[in-house]
Amino acid sequence: MRVTVRLFARLRELAGCGELTRDVAAPATARDVWEGLAAEWPALRAYEPTMSVAVNAEYSRMTAPIDDGDEIAFLPPVSGG
Amino acid sequence: MTVSAVAVTADRLDPELLIALVGGDGDGAIVTFAGLVRNHNQGRRVTFLEYEAYEPLAVRVLGRIVEEARGFWPDVRVAVHHRIGRLDIGEASVVVAAASAHRANAFAATRYAIERVKQIVPIWKREHFDGGDVWLEGATADPEDNAARVKAYRIACA
Repeated sequence: MRVTVRLFARLRELAGCGELTRDVAAPATARDVWEGLAAEWPALRAYEPTMSVAVNAEYSRMTAPIDDGDEIAFLPPVSGG
Repeated sequence: MTVSAVAVTADRLDPELLIALVGGDGDGAIVTFAGLVRNHNQGRRVTFLEYEAYEPLAVRVLGRIVEEARGFWPDVRVAVHHRIGRLDIGEASVVVAAASAHRANAFAATRYAIERVKQIVPIWKREHFDGGDVWLEGATADPEDNAARVKAYRIACA
């Protein structure tokens, strides 16, 4: 199945891209998508302990199951305000 | 023009719009808070800031914060607008307005809202300073983290 990945701020810069599509084997979780990204860009790993994940623009968990067409976003620690 | 209680926008923020939105005849107090871009941070001379948001989620989370505040202070109406894009020194990056019959609740709800913005809204700022730039990273965003919510409430009621 195919998912859209969104990356923000420093994560976006490390990958050189803020939006990409990836194919993952079903069944899959958000973590499976992340593992694929981290294999492509090992520098992303540093964010594993502190980042958040969202599925279809709702906060979620790395263990969340994902479906074809979902949008998975990985978010570094926030700094709004 | 329709003004929403929550917004993420590249336009300049106008506190008067939020005041008009939350205020009513029964109010004895309206508190507004504006977060500004300052010219220094951690010993660096800041030249400007750049804000980026995951917009659909940021709008949802701002709505959640307004609901949380309403849960704690049912008589208060709260609005929060956050700006994105390039902001120069002195410009407002975020504005909170809270209206209530009495000032204590309006102050508390305002403080609570801005603390929660900093904890859980998916917005990031890149600081441009003399000699470089850096993405600032604060809190790991987790709206279900009750300890963070309690911390924001304690600060609001201190």
